[in-house]
Amino acid sequence: MSSFSVTEPTQRTKWVSGTLVIIYALVTMLPLAWIMLTGFKSPADAISYPPKVIFDPTLEGYVNLFTTRTRQTDEFLAANPPETWYEEIVREYDMVIAGPSKFGERFLNSVIIGFGSTFLSIVLGTLAAYAFSRFKIPLADDLLFFILSTRMMPPIAVAIPIFLMYRQLGLSDTHLGMILLYTAVNISLAVWLLKGFIDEIPREYEEAALIDGYTRFQAFYKVVLPQAATGIASTAIFCLIFAWNEYAFAVLLTSGTAQTAPPFIPTIIGVGGLDWPAVAAGATIFLLPVMIFTILLRKHLLRGITFGAVRK
Amino acid sequence: MAEVVLKSLSKSFGRDVGVEDISMTIPDGAFVVLLGPTGAGKTTTLRLISGLEKADAGEVWIGGRNVADEMPAQRDVAMVFQQYSLYPHLTVRDNLAFPLKSPILKTPPEEITRKVEEVARVLQISHKLDNKATALSGGEMQRVSIGRALVRDPAIYLMDEPLSSLDAKLRTDLRVELKRIHASLGATLLYVTHDQIEAMTMATHVGVLDHGRLVQYGTPREIYENPNSLYVASRLGLPRINVLPADIFGGVPPGTTQIGLRPEHITQGDGQEAEVQRVEHLGDQNRLHLTLKGHAITTIADPATDYAPGTMLKISPKNPLCFDAQGHRIR
Repeated sequence: MSSFSVTEPTQRTKWVSGTLVIIYALVTMLPLAWIMLTGFKSPADAISYPPKVIFDPTLEGYVNLFTTRTRQTDEFLAANPPETWYEEIVREYDMVIAGPSKFGERFLNSVIIGFGSTFLSIVLGTLAAYAFSRFKIPLADDLLFFILSTRMMPPIAVAIPIFLMYRQLGLSDTHLGMILLYTAVNISLAVWLLKGFIDEIPREYEEAALIDGYTRFQAFYKVVLPQAATGIASTAIFCLIFAWNEYAFAVLLTSGTAQTAPPFIPTIIGVGGLDWPAVAAGATIFLLPVMIFTILLRKHLLRGITFGAVRK
Repeated sequence: MAEVVLKSLSKSFGRDVGVEDISMTIPDGAFVVLLGPTGAGKTTTLRLISGLEKADAGEVWIGGRNVADEMPAQRDVAMVFQQYSLYPHLTVRDNLAFPLKSPILKTPPEEITRKVEEVARVLQISHKLDNKATALSGGEMQRVSIGRALVRDPAIYLMDEPLSSLDAKLRTDLRVELKRIHASLGATLLYVTHDQIEAMTMATHVGVLDHGRLVQYGTPREIYENPNSLYVASRLGLPRINVLPADIFGGVPPGTTQIGLRPEHITQGDGQEAEVQRVEHLGDQNRLHLTLKGHAITTIADPATDYAPGTMLKISPKNPLCFDAQGHRIR
């Protein structure tokens, strides 16, 4: 008996591809692992050479990230023994916690702006993609090309006009301003990606729904949207990653109320020396939402589950 | 249920003609079958009635209303698509309930359950109700898509080759079932098929389409026995009607260039000598393939006959249909 099969990979292919995947995973994950570990090191361990892989973990980085601290006189320290575990950590450096840092606020800004612009890009993008896919639109191809052409230059090339425009309109350093900006950048990607997904959903489904007593919009909502879920999920991930990581516009257009985490994290370095563990802690926390979002949507990324109920 | 009237309906797609100047009345309670080859405009006719396509000219009247400005949902029609078009993200039960839950029907939940289960029983898919629509075989999908129409009580059922992908037994069962539904509910149906048996057994009326035009409309018997063109004559009949030059047997009206001879309209034992080429034993009958002066002829014979290839057999026509050079009937 021959065990040869066209569709089953051979043992050797499995080994080779497995090894390659593992090597690739190590290469991409090592810097991440390093950042995460650094977040739990003391400042001395963080800059020691040769680098320490085994070390005493401490939450100092995280405490420093979320607090502002001041140096106090010995009398004050003696009169006020530390009450909580995080005060104890700070006390080792003869300091007391003066209050929360801006990180929480900035992180929340990132969440509002990142998810807000992703939501808006997806809503507008899905409706536009559906219209382009299903209706006869005059000059549809030219319009689609125009939409794509907005991505042909680096967005930062128009930074100065946008800066001036936002100042005029009072959108500088506002959540709304940043949401609109990131949506404008993301919408072309969203329209193009989603149009591809919606094109693949046969029209017969909507036609059946129209005859079954639904309006065009209800058919879109009840029949097209569930089937476009895969495409919407992956498009949303792309949009979120862009808006979440964007740095240049955030530096330029925000300074206070609407400042996002990316421009904030580097400012930690300036406060009281090179506090690498705090920076690493900030980067780690900053990574989490996108990671969780991607993990939650990952089942939608596996395509092909909903196809096949229309006979072609 | 309602009467549906088409008035001079026309629709073209760019330079392709979909349907042209179709006028027909589908009486309340009728079972109308549309026949015609691919591209004759059968599906386009259904789509124009349902409102999925807008007519270039002409009108559709459903139950006495001109539905020109009505959405498909408002027209109160149910349609079974040739592609099953089941909603892949829903279970079979939800697929069947989908039309009942629409904002137009707003059926109460217990009524939905009752109707869905009844239709599932009739179509023999009760055991699959909680499966995903994608986890069905082709025949099951087709039955669900028929069921999705049958749960409703619309003005007219439009069916586009609904039985085409089923196996022979199920096809027969469903044919009987559709006929029963038609008879017991008094439903009005417009039904597209290629299948002669479906057309002959179920239809009260048959319409024959040719390049978007309705060339004949009448009862199945009328269409079979009294076709007004060679094209219509060749739509029905299995084996197909034999088309022969007019002078082969003689005795035809003037102007006749070709005659159509149904296989059962050939008398054996008298007339011209034909040679048996091949015999097919079908059980209830034998099918004889003959040649006469170089023309192939198919006829049927008693299953007891035992002709060997090469046998000479005398045949003569019985009630031939006469056609002129353009294929029009000469009576």
